[in-house]
Amino acid sequence: MNKPVLISGGTLVDPSQNLNRPGRILILDGRVASIDPADGDLPAQYDTIEAGGCLVAPGLVDLGVELREPGFEEDETIFSGSQAALAGGYTSILATASTYPVIDSHAAVEFVRQKAAQASGAKIHVIGCLSKGQKGEQMAQLGLLSEAGAVAFSDAPRAIHSDALLKRALEYCRMLNRPIFDRPEIPEMAAGGVMHEGQVSLVLGLKGLPTEAEDLAVARDVRLAEATDGRLHVGPVSTMGAVDMLRRVKSRGVVVTASVCPHNLMQSDRLMRTYESRYKVHPPLRSPNHVATLCQAVKDKTIDAIQSGHMPRSREKMMNDLDESPFGVSSLETSFATAATALVRSGILDWVELIDRMSTRPAEIAGIDGGTLTVGSPADVVVIDPNAGWKVDPGKFQSTCISTPFEGMELIGRIQKTLVDGLVRYDAAIPV
Amino acid sequence: MASERNAPDLTGYTDSWQRRHLLDLESLSADEIRTLLDVAQELKEATEGCRRKLSLLSGKTCANLFFENSTRTRNSFSLAAKRLGADTVEFGSSGSSTAKGETFADTAKTIEAMGVDWVVTRHSTPGTPNLLARELTCCVINAGDGPHEHPTQGLLDLLTIRQHRGTLEGLTVALVGDIAHSRTARSNIWGLRKLGAHVIICGPPTLVSPRWQELGFEVAHHLDEILPRCDVLNLLRIQFERQNARPFPSVHEYAALYAMNAKRMRLAKDDILIMAPGPINRGVEITPEVADGPHSVILEQVTNGIAVRMSALYLLSVADDRFRNQA
Repeated sequence: MNKPVLISGGTLVDPSQNLNRPGRILILDGRVASIDPADGDLPAQYDTIEAGGCLVAPGLVDLGVELREPGFEEDETIFSGSQAALAGGYTSILATASTYPVIDSHAAVEFVRQKAAQASGAKIHVIGCLSKGQKGEQMAQLGLLSEAGAVAFSDAPRAIHSDALLKRALEYCRMLNRPIFDRPEIPEMAAGGVMHEGQVSLVLGLKGLPTEAEDLAVARDVRLAEATDGRLHVGPVSTMGAVDMLRRVKSRGVVVTASVCPHNLMQSDRLMRTYESRYKVHPPLRSPNHVATLCQAVKDKTIDAIQSGHMPRSREKMMNDLDESPFGVSSLETSFATAATALVRSGILDWVELIDRMSTRPAEIAGIDGGTLTVGSPADVVVIDPNAGWKVDPGKFQSTCISTPFEGMELIGRIQKTLVDGLVRYDAAIPV
Repeated sequence: MASERNAPDLTGYTDSWQRRHLLDLESLSADEIRTLLDVAQELKEATEGCRRKLSLLSGKTCANLFFENSTRTRNSFSLAAKRLGADTVEFGSSGSSTAKGETFADTAKTIEAMGVDWVVTRHSTPGTPNLLARELTCCVINAGDGPHEHPTQGLLDLLTIRQHRGTLEGLTVALVGDIAHSRTARSNIWGLRKLGAHVIICGPPTLVSPRWQELGFEVAHHLDEILPRCDVLNLLRIQFERQNARPFPSVHEYAALYAMNAKRMRLAKDDILIMAPGPINRGVEITPEVADGPHSVILEQVTNGIAVRMSALYLLSVADDRFRNQA
């Protein structure tokens, strides 16, 4: 049994309860026992976490992380990925099936679950394959995958190419009450692209990823969601066209959700002028107009959630020329600070809104426990120093991947502690 | 064998030259481009059209690191280095370590460790010279990085025009053809603009993006309409090897709309210069009577290629020596 914990001195920030005030929180048996307990209600013995000057919020929830195990352990393992998640303030992450073999069977789901349990990091939830072998042809055994514990289905990082397959899957998943995640892109239009197609790619001679490739896919996706009444999540999105489409269908009452990566909220394609592979991310860094539109869309909830977009790739793979280097970014450990710097420091969001987009709303979309500090919920908690500035040093990452577009940048919002089920699993004050 | 002779005094040019790499023309100033052209002219005259040898760079070694096929550029760099007394070594992609899985950067580092002073590189991916400039300590020269830039090709085009017209200022120069995949175009546009020329980019919309207008260049899709205004026509090869999908219905249709032929020559100014970076697709971009006709300066471009490469090797080397002495 875990020892009771009292977190005191901080500001409780919990969008699920409209909390944004000083307060303390008592954790018993790994669950939130009470908010602002009276001194007389405290147990005889407990540990205290002094959170003066910090935000105390539900742990972050990530809707799409590549963990690369099994098959590509040189990029990331379940252990290193889950530790990186903790360091980034995440208490739950959804792992995509960019593995070999892909996660399209009960055994594959079980493998990840067992490895995750051994890792003792952030909670890892499995996104099962939408199609058998991730080939985009036949539906995977979605019902059995769901029984095995998959919380969502996707062929990410591949886009769902077949319109008919996506429609069938949306219809089928209604009975499972599981969402389908699509990374929206028309593959033929994006083939060979390495960066945003625009004025910069034109001058650099680099093959572009046209915005139309994403816009058209989002249009297809939301139309099928409307037609089937299925649970659809699109993301990460990166274009003004995608935002426009989402805004239109949401105004009509169509239930569809969307997410964005923090680097797409902060950086533009101009950085590709350096030709450095650390800026080769997918979806790509778009032009400044797209960046501004995405930030506003997060504000007005056209975009529901911010996901890290963590796509770890080994240093060796990233050392090649831009055509050969894979898309890759290590972002679990910078995600919160990037979003805070891009959105809160600039006045677009307040801290409650940011926690909503990175914790409460993602948990709702995924249909998992988390994203709340309500009494009785698992004590997945993050303690954040909101004003602490820090310089990104990938040499200190928990992740195996050190490729980040933020190397050397000053960001705000430092994760101080991450608690999973009431246990401190990450403490910035204790070097790993 | 070429005979040796005294070198010209180039200190007036080298005193202000700071660059150790030649990666593109976009980042060069007009003065830097003029210096490259002036030194090329001096060296061309000193080597009597590249037939004599100087010892300005003796003891130095130039590595040609070509990951794409090349005949003229590679030989041109080799000859340029040898005309100035340097040694050359040749590396190609076939049979190289990259075929065994070594990264491009590691291959280049290995070659640098053999003691070379310049790496001249060609690669199908834009930005590879920039990667080498970060990873290596020697001078790096871009000899063509995918569809990005080919700065010495741009310089030799500028030098050829300048030799004929004395200046680029006020000239109208049209780049015609496969702009989307042309590194020559992406070097020419910056060099021409910086030296005062008006640049027209001409070709079908699938090969000429309207975004060029946002950058201040004139875009045209009908050659016959712009031809009477042009002082220079640079005909760029259709790069079938770089195209995923055919950007026009047929070669026949392309040639009908854009090939420079005798009929179109009648629309042009009497003193128009006809240029092509080569290799040329006779009958596609240019017909034989124009390619071999009195307005064509195609072979002069080749000769000037050696001169501008001598210039680049020399100027970078002097800056590199200065940098190493200060370090």
